[in-house]
Amino acid sequence: MSDTVEVPEIPDAVLGRVDEVQYEGSAGFPVEQGYIWTTCASVENGNPLYWEPAVANDLTGGPIAPPTMLSVWFRPHHWAPGATENLVPLQVHFDLKEQLGLPEAIISENTITFHEPVRLGDQVTSRQRLRSISEPKTTKLGTGRFWVIDVEYLNQDEMLLGVETYTAFGYRR
Amino acid sequence: MSTPQLLHGAITVGDDLPPLDHEVTATTVVLGALASRDWRPMHHDYDFAVNRNGTQDIFLNTPNLAAWFERYITDWTGPTGRLGKMTFRMRDSVYPKDLMTIRGTVTAAEVTPDACGWVDIDITLAVGDRVCTTCAARVAVPIDEDDNPWSRRGDTWAP
Repeated sequence: MSDTVEVPEIPDAVLGRVDEVQYEGSAGFPVEQGYIWTTCASVENGNPLYWEPAVANDLTGGPIAPPTMLSVWFRPHHWAPGATENLVPLQVHFDLKEQLGLPEAIISENTITFHEPVRLGDQVTSRQRLRSISEPKTTKLGTGRFWVIDVEYLNQDEMLLGVETYTAFGYRR
Repeated sequence: MSTPQLLHGAITVGDDLPPLDHEVTATTVVLGALASRDWRPMHHDYDFAVNRNGTQDIFLNTPNLAAWFERYITDWTGPTGRLGKMTFRMRDSVYPKDLMTIRGTVTAAEVTPDACGWVDIDITLAVGDRVCTTCAARVAVPIDEDDNPWSRRGDTWAP
């Protein structure tokens, strides 16, 4: 880490995209039970809402996904036929790393607001918006900038499922 | 409704949620990353995590931390608890061989004019004295045995 690391100016083209909708799309697969159970297994979540159909029918009118799985449904496959490079989620974040000349980055804060439940078979689409970029900052990781990105999620009926707000720190070591 | 549920009237500001301990392993980290479709190498590749990211090992990813917090909250509320909002801040990473402890305290409880029973909780995930992640969560719980926060739609659900 160094205080002498120089942070490049923010290109006008990047500033021009603040608040614009970018990368509207979907992961291309419907919400499915396997990922729900694997996620519950990963944190040993025994909530009967996700394991007992009768409870799901009673409470939510049928099976749903855990709300915090929202981002799972927009993450692209690591490989797909015809793809020429590895696909990455949260593309605005990775664009910024390159455009701002800050090759390393971490997510420092994340707010998720949950709206309509995500149901089995839903086709979730997402869209990203860059909200802000900070002045240069130095942390224990290095020198760089913070940025804030919103990801909005909708189902096939255009109902809002949730909004994730990511605060990231891009830096050089 | 036959499922166990925590009712809003049983909750008081200052209540502590039962703590949750978990021994983190490499499997915890990798399973959590793959379950959340997060293929980035710092969550499964030790060499990348240490020599490229400068961390001491692979570490839990953000979506899986959210899943841990959700599990912690709904262990307490039961299945009728419905998450409205979570804000979490990562201060430090959680690595294999860490014993993580999640603790929570109720900071606010209100019933809105439209009869939704909200509870705010401050949650801390720590490894020993090292606070790794903090989370402020808002969850709706039933105000009586006939109430079901999951039945709220559109304008009646305002997290």
